[in-house]
Amino acid sequence: MATAGLHDSELGELQRRLIILRVGLLLVVALLGLQLWNLQIREGPYYRDLSENNRTRSVIMEPARGLIYDRNGVLLANNVPSFTLYVSLEDVTDREGLIRQLTNLLGLDEALIRKKLTARGSKQLPRKVKDRLTLREATLIESHRLDLPGVMVQVESQRNYPGGTTASHLLGYVGEVSPEQLEKPEFSELHQGSVVGQYGVEKFFDRLMRGQAGQKSIEVDAIGHEKRTVVVEQPHAGDNLYLTIDVRLQKVAENLLGEESGAIVALDPRTGDVLAMASRPGFDPNVLSRELTPKQWAEIVQDERRPLNNRASQGQYPPGSVYKVMMAAAALETKTVTPSTSIFCNGGYQFGRRLYHDWKAGGHGSVDLRHALVQSCDVYFYTVGQRMGIETMASFAHQFGLGEETGIELPSERIGIVPSEAWKRKAKNEPWLPGETISASIGQGYVNVTPLQMASLIGTVANDGAMFRPRLVQAVMDRATGELQRRPAVLKRTLNLRPGILPVIKEALAGVVKEGTATKAQSALVTIAGKTGTAQMTALRTGPEKDIPKKFRDHAWFVAFAPVEAPTIAVAVLGEHMGHGGSASAPLAKELIETYVRLNLDAPSHVKDGAVVRVGDAGGQGTR
Amino acid sequence: MIDRGYMSRGFDNFDVRFIGLIFAILGIGVLSIYSVTHDQGVAFPFYAKQVVWILLGTVAFLVMWLSDYHRIARLAYPAYAIILILLTVVLFEGRSSRGAQRWIPMGPFAFQPSEFAKLVLILTLAHYYSQAPRVGWLQRVVLPGLLVLPGLLLILKQPDLGSGLSFLAIYAAMLLMVGMRSKAVGVILLFSLMLFPFAWELMWGSLHDYQRQRIMTFVDPVYDTGGKGYHALQSRIAIGAGELTGKGLYGGTQSQLKFLPEGHTDFVFSVFAEEWGFLGVLVLLLLFVGLIWLSLEVVARAKDQLGALLAVGILCMLCFCVVINIGMTAGMFPIVGIPLPLMSYGGSATIMTMASLGLLLNVKRRRLSFF
Repeated sequence: MATAGLHDSELGELQRRLIILRVGLLLVVALLGLQLWNLQIREGPYYRDLSENNRTRSVIMEPARGLIYDRNGVLLANNVPSFTLYVSLEDVTDREGLIRQLTNLLGLDEALIRKKLTARGSKQLPRKVKDRLTLREATLIESHRLDLPGVMVQVESQRNYPGGTTASHLLGYVGEVSPEQLEKPEFSELHQGSVVGQYGVEKFFDRLMRGQAGQKSIEVDAIGHEKRTVVVEQPHAGDNLYLTIDVRLQKVAENLLGEESGAIVALDPRTGDVLAMASRPGFDPNVLSRELTPKQWAEIVQDERRPLNNRASQGQYPPGSVYKVMMAAAALETKTVTPSTSIFCNGGYQFGRRLYHDWKAGGHGSVDLRHALVQSCDVYFYTVGQRMGIETMASFAHQFGLGEETGIELPSERIGIVPSEAWKRKAKNEPWLPGETISASIGQGYVNVTPLQMASLIGTVANDGAMFRPRLVQAVMDRATGELQRRPAVLKRTLNLRPGILPVIKEALAGVVKEGTATKAQSALVTIAGKTGTAQMTALRTGPEKDIPKKFRDHAWFVAFAPVEAPTIAVAVLGEHMGHGGSASAPLAKELIETYVRLNLDAPSHVKDGAVVRVGDAGGQGTR
Repeated sequence: MIDRGYMSRGFDNFDVRFIGLIFAILGIGVLSIYSVTHDQGVAFPFYAKQVVWILLGTVAFLVMWLSDYHRIARLAYPAYAIILILLTVVLFEGRSSRGAQRWIPMGPFAFQPSEFAKLVLILTLAHYYSQAPRVGWLQRVVLPGLLVLPGLLLILKQPDLGSGLSFLAIYAAMLLMVGMRSKAVGVILLFSLMLFPFAWELMWGSLHDYQRQRIMTFVDPVYDTGGKGYHALQSRIAIGAGELTGKGLYGGTQSQLKFLPEGHTDFVFSVFAEEWGFLGVLVLLLLFVGLIWLSLEVVARAKDQLGALLAVGILCMLCFCVVINIGMTAGMFPIVGIPLPLMSYGGSATIMTMASLGLLLNVKRRRLSFF
């Protein structure tokens, strides 16, 4: 206490100075308050947003893609679990380091990873980097998890085709939606990494099968550990498809072609149901649904045998003598000839300065319509064609469904060519030459058709003129409700022919097999009618067939239906460069039809057909 | 000016208000620590430990309150010597965390000498100035400066930038309140300005990388969210996201999900601000202002220079820590690692702060000691 007294004046001074502290304190607190007001009130909503984004990661829940069955319920495409590698960009601190590590661990292409990680798109959604990791790769990633921030391995479903190459063109394959596709409105609800059908039924019915992605919101902490998962939206599985094909018949058709290139189409003429549709060479959709390297992809695309081409609906070939079926109907309808009209064939047809040969040197002699079809006399049809003119031929060809889409539910169907004066002016900007009418009348020259069109044509003849749109999907099952929606057969049109014309032609076609150019199609099991065709590849015909290099050999056609009395199957066979239709293709058609009979496919199918509906009231699906 | 009759009644209304404010703030602190660490799943979580610290702090508070502060002040020099020894020990034997060696392990706990050094420094300086009339530039500025220097250097060596700055702040505040002639103030200002570049070089050079980064990122925390500015940005996000009314208890996603590190220690204010919003922050600020205002009253009513200096030192230390801590969490200052008094988790800091406040309240007491 003694010392204190000494400094009383100083104490007083100190206490007077407290005003500095008081003012200073209030000033500083006011400043703090102001800053907090700024943060919490003025910029509060901005920071609230930041904090929300901080804690949640959106994760897409991929929907299960619809399954595909054949007409008997045999599974053709399903989904199997597989490991998929994702990278959440938000959690990646060192991108280049991560790319390097992933390259080392998985042996992936560095540029490919970089492309995936730098592609445009939402930063919130994880990027898919690789699918179908092996178990070893998945464990490798998991064990390095701590060194790989932002990397996650997720179990996802992967498209699987148990049949391998079976029906590959028909089923198609799936793949990640491309950046170009994402720009289009029909893919607007998708995101980078979404899987969509890229080919075949998978592509055509993608909308139905893809389902609807769900989304979950994962609350994570600062090190990326999941704290809580909130499902924002459940994914909806896509619809299942029941195809019209019978996978047993399909396999037989494919085996019949074997290593050759070509196509076989089998339809039920009464409904348009596609029973089999084979195109060879094929591909393995399991491979194509995978992530391919540019090199692998180039190998497939540049393959000279063009395995990705669905020859049944996209291959265009001159129909050759198969065209004569249509020509015969046109000639009778236009009364150019009657069934009994005879035309003399001496092996050639002189037009101007050019002689048009018959395939049979020396000619067939005097032939009527039946004989002309049975022996496939060219001169008869040169004459008939010349009398009808190209425009009449073209109009009948159109009526038979040529030069137009059959309307099959597959993407990128080709329509072939029905030549006419207007067509030539438009396509080649040249006038029609009279000689071209003669070539066209036996299905050569500019005429081009697809095997599917030929199957439809012969089916329509077999079905007495009622043309059904080829149908691939007989029913769609909504997986949410389990409801089976049958898809009706669609009658495209009825040929505008006088009664009696088609029976004459059908009888003649039966004759083709019985005694004509297709005796090799004769079957002990069932009566078969058909028509051979040989699509000339080149005018060079300088020696026996076997001496001609394979790629210059003719395409072998055979179209058929059976049983003759009440047809239930129509078949078109095209063998590329296989030579004569009668010798190369007719036996294949016979085999297929016999298999059909043995399988008793005439019986009602797994899913009952709906009612026959005319185009227009066909309920939209697949009508384009 | 001072009603001595009122003042001599011992435990009075003033004390109730003062102690009430302290425990209100302590309570808010425990609540915030609880909110961040309640799901730790350990037998003895932080909030429970903090309650133990507060109990120990209460004992320290009572001891400091009820003793005679003149007798305590007489122990200042030996205490300062012991602190210097402890600060030296911590450099060699201390437990380090993130490149800084600040703690002396004591069983399951760790003791942080630099926290206690602040209180001891206040005692030492107050004792020094009140022992005899200190006149002249040398006695008023240089000698106490030499007293501060060893402690300051040892603390900066750890390094503990926050405690170092507190040390300087205490020295500056005492100096200011003791009173310097305007000429002396002028000279010091001039010298500081001249020495600033050198001091800056010296300071900058002695800083750890993380300290430099903290100061650098103060400039632009949004620049690199994953790295240097992370703390600053996450803290601002937490505070800002509280908006007017806050996200509620446990609702603070920034801290609950650990985006905000050190939510129970240096950044406890951000946790509180996120969960209770601007309104809660206003209440908390008012509590602190109230406590400091009452402390100012104590200084104003001090009966001798020692008491006044002790009270001013404690008051300035408290004030400095509150302002710097809140300022740094709100992005006004660089992040320097100063805990928020009475709220941040920490045994040494809690006990020391409560002891200091006990001493402060002691200054107001009439001179009848129980010890």
